[in-house]
Amino acid sequence: MTVAVFFGCAFIAFGPALALFIFTIARDPLRVIILIAGAFFWLLSLLLSSLVWFIAVKASRQEEATAQKGLLIFGVMFSVVLQEVFRFAYYRLLRKANEGLAAISEENLSPISIRQMAYVAGLGFGIMSGAFSMINILSDSLGPGTVGIFGDSQYYFITSAFMTLAMTLLHTFWGVVFFDSCERNRWWAVAVVLSLHLLVSGLVSPSPSHRSRAVRTHNTCADKRP
Amino acid sequence: MGPQAASLVLLILFFACNGVNSSSVQQKIYVELKNTFPCVRLLNATHQIGCQSSISGDTGILHVLETESDLNWVLSSGPNPPYLVLMDAQYFNRSTMMRFRDSMRVAGVVLVIPKSSPPQGFSPHNSCPNQGTGVYSKNYGPELADCNTTVWNPLGDGLSYEDFNFPIFSLHEDNDTDIIRKCYQDHNVGVNNSAPQYPLCAMQLFSHMHAVKDTVTCMRRTDIQSRFSISPEIVCDALTDYNVWASIRPLNNTAKGHLNGEKLVVAATRLDSRSFFWDEAPGAESGVAGFVTLLATVQALRAVTETAPTPNNILFVFFQGEAFDYIGSSRMVYDMKNGKFVIDLDNIHSLIEIGQVALRRDSKLWLHSDPVSRKNSSIESEVKKLVSNMQHAGAGLRFSLDEPGVTQPLPPSSFQRFLREGVIPGVVLADHQSAFNNRYYESLYDNAEYLNVTYPPNLSPEEQLEFVTNTAKDVAEVATLVARSLYIQAGGEKANLPNISADPKMVTQMLYGFLVQPNNSWFRALVAPDVVQKLGPRPLQYYIGVHDKSDPIKTSTRIIQYILANFTGTVTNLSQSQCQNPENLPGESKDLYSYLWVQGPVAPNSTQGEGYCIRAPVRLSRAVSPAFELQDYGSKDYSTWAESRWKRINARIFLVASRDLEMLTLGVGVGVLLVSLLVTYFINAKADVLFSSSREPSSTAY
Repeated sequence: MTVAVFFGCAFIAFGPALALFIFTIARDPLRVIILIAGAFFWLLSLLLSSLVWFIAVKASRQEEATAQKGLLIFGVMFSVVLQEVFRFAYYRLLRKANEGLAAISEENLSPISIRQMAYVAGLGFGIMSGAFSMINILSDSLGPGTVGIFGDSQYYFITSAFMTLAMTLLHTFWGVVFFDSCERNRWWAVAVVLSLHLLVSGLVSPSPSHRSRAVRTHNTCADKRP
Repeated sequence: MGPQAASLVLLILFFACNGVNSSSVQQKIYVELKNTFPCVRLLNATHQIGCQSSISGDTGILHVLETESDLNWVLSSGPNPPYLVLMDAQYFNRSTMMRFRDSMRVAGVVLVIPKSSPPQGFSPHNSCPNQGTGVYSKNYGPELADCNTTVWNPLGDGLSYEDFNFPIFSLHEDNDTDIIRKCYQDHNVGVNNSAPQYPLCAMQLFSHMHAVKDTVTCMRRTDIQSRFSISPEIVCDALTDYNVWASIRPLNNTAKGHLNGEKLVVAATRLDSRSFFWDEAPGAESGVAGFVTLLATVQALRAVTETAPTPNNILFVFFQGEAFDYIGSSRMVYDMKNGKFVIDLDNIHSLIEIGQVALRRDSKLWLHSDPVSRKNSSIESEVKKLVSNMQHAGAGLRFSLDEPGVTQPLPPSSFQRFLREGVIPGVVLADHQSAFNNRYYESLYDNAEYLNVTYPPNLSPEEQLEFVTNTAKDVAEVATLVARSLYIQAGGEKANLPNISADPKMVTQMLYGFLVQPNNSWFRALVAPDVVQKLGPRPLQYYIGVHDKSDPIKTSTRIIQYILANFTGTVTNLSQSQCQNPENLPGESKDLYSYLWVQGPVAPNSTQGEGYCIRAPVRLSRAVSPAFELQDYGSKDYSTWAESRWKRINARIFLVASRDLEMLTLGVGVGVLLVSLLVTYFINAKADVLFSSSREPSSTAY
């Protein structure tokens, strides 16, 4: 009966994203396009960082544990930076697209505001990163086994689902803040987004206990909301 | 989580590139068990036997069977069925397994094979082995059929011939069993016999079998598949391998059928064994003792037959697959009858078969013969002569030879297949008067320890190889007897008999190689380089198996072929390429001889042996049951055993969560979904109020 766990975790991880999609995005084709394109840009960043990671792993001495740990930290940091770079690239692209949209519209006004774009793009980033982090875990949650034979917490699946939820929402918030600060040339805010992303990832990655990592990340999440 | 996800995905990518196919999450959940040996499904003309799991594996809560109350817990009182039972050998018997089969509360069984054998004896084989395919039937000695007078294997409970619809695996006592027991102790033992708390330790076994019902059905399906499907999926394969045979003087392998004016004495034995589990068949007494005796016999006869050849030729035959209704011997007799073998049945002067010979009681060996054919006076006199020859040959050895009495039939033996086609004088040499002395017939306890092939502690492998055990001395004596008997029987001078004796050192080396450690310097020196690659640390197993394209001949068969070649052949000075194709060289003939390239002994200071080419009258012949040749898969006369195919044999342990936690997860999930739907709906509905901004007025719908 681990189908229950599968659906429970899927609802937790993707329920809010689904609700946001249904009520705020699905009705407007332009938003759907921006959402998909955002997801695509996140995937591009992943592709690039996986290439770099692959080369780095092949090049490093694989037997050394410390070297491996260093490599992991490097990989995480590099991937975060790359994601933010792609977010910026996507911002530039949307900016250009917005001018084009404004040019062809009747009132010389874009049919979508930069803020809305920021929210939709952020959600695209979030959904894709959430899907990637959760899909493997979801497939394993189908069972028949559950985590714990090596003494790990049996709440692994539900914690992972909440983590994914948090990351999805965080990406949305970061998208809004990032675009807004780019718009107003407040580069310190961009730096804040980048460092927060690094911080969250840093909290998540090396932490051995899933429960504590969830708690810490949720605190970060709460800090971000106001 | 994004970057972690990224690195997770990258890790998976990395592992996939390295051919490891499990995610890090799976590594947290499952412990895969290595070194498991399953019971698999075998089929004959009318039945399926063995075990199988469902297609997605059978899962059950682990329960270790230690006392009678555990049995009760599994079968009735335990609250979390189905159970997967881990048991010691003492509970692995027919009555327990049948109770498991009849109850719906058992998902599978794992047997932990102990280091010591059960003292009371154990045989999962039939009490009347090869009942339907021997010589005795309605038409031939009806009063002797179906073991009416003698039950050969009284300890046999027939467990190997039952069909189980749950998987049964065996494990050797090692790290894996410790992990399983620890998991059980940590999670599944309740306080004061109460029900244990979740999460519980569970186990899953995969051994889904493709074939069902019987050989007729599975061969028909295979046939249809191969005829109509682009990518045919074979569902079962016939049990096959090779017989090995050799002769003192070479026989022309291209001239089949009757040999004019030749009479051969046949010395036969069997190569194979089986047990309840797949490829677990040490077969020490039931197989190895017999063929080691015959190999030693061949070696003992060599010197004397070179100086004083016998008038009649001697044929040594090693039959494969005799445990499964005489696959090897029925095929050879079939070929003889149809003129497809180098001799035919009329060329056989007499036959001596070596049965189980290593466990003698009261220094006695027994000469079994067939009471039905002995009613014929000429056969009677021939058999009497054979027996008296053997008794003469055995004079001065440390045992006596007797006949068990004229009313007793032959024990299960290849000789019976010869008698089905013609009257041939012959005896079966065995250590038992009536029922087998072997208390572990066709079971996995029929191993080196049972034959007392054990060594003093602190011997290195090389010293063990050279150490002459008492068993080796006994077996060498039997080989001496057989060699002398064959020599007289083939017409040799009795004056030469004292020159014939088997070498106990050679026997002890063979016993060590075949029962304890195949990867030893002696074997490596005697066999081909590609066979050396296949010698593993595990003792050889003598289950016949199926034809495998990449490895068409069983390793044990090839080792015997090479040892036999070394014992009968001569070393030539051919190079390796000439050895492969000696056809055009003067004085060489592939019709008369096999040419085998041997790795050769390795000098102490080098890594590569000096290889050489052996010319020997040793041949392999296919041991495929004639039933498969005739495509008569429902045959009553020939063996129809086939082995089902499978995709995955696998065992793993893990924890299962309680239903409460699962339902909690689902409840939280549904709650989160509903709340977020509601919240988003209302926020979206009031968006223009909530998100009204003076600085950048929204121009579109909100």
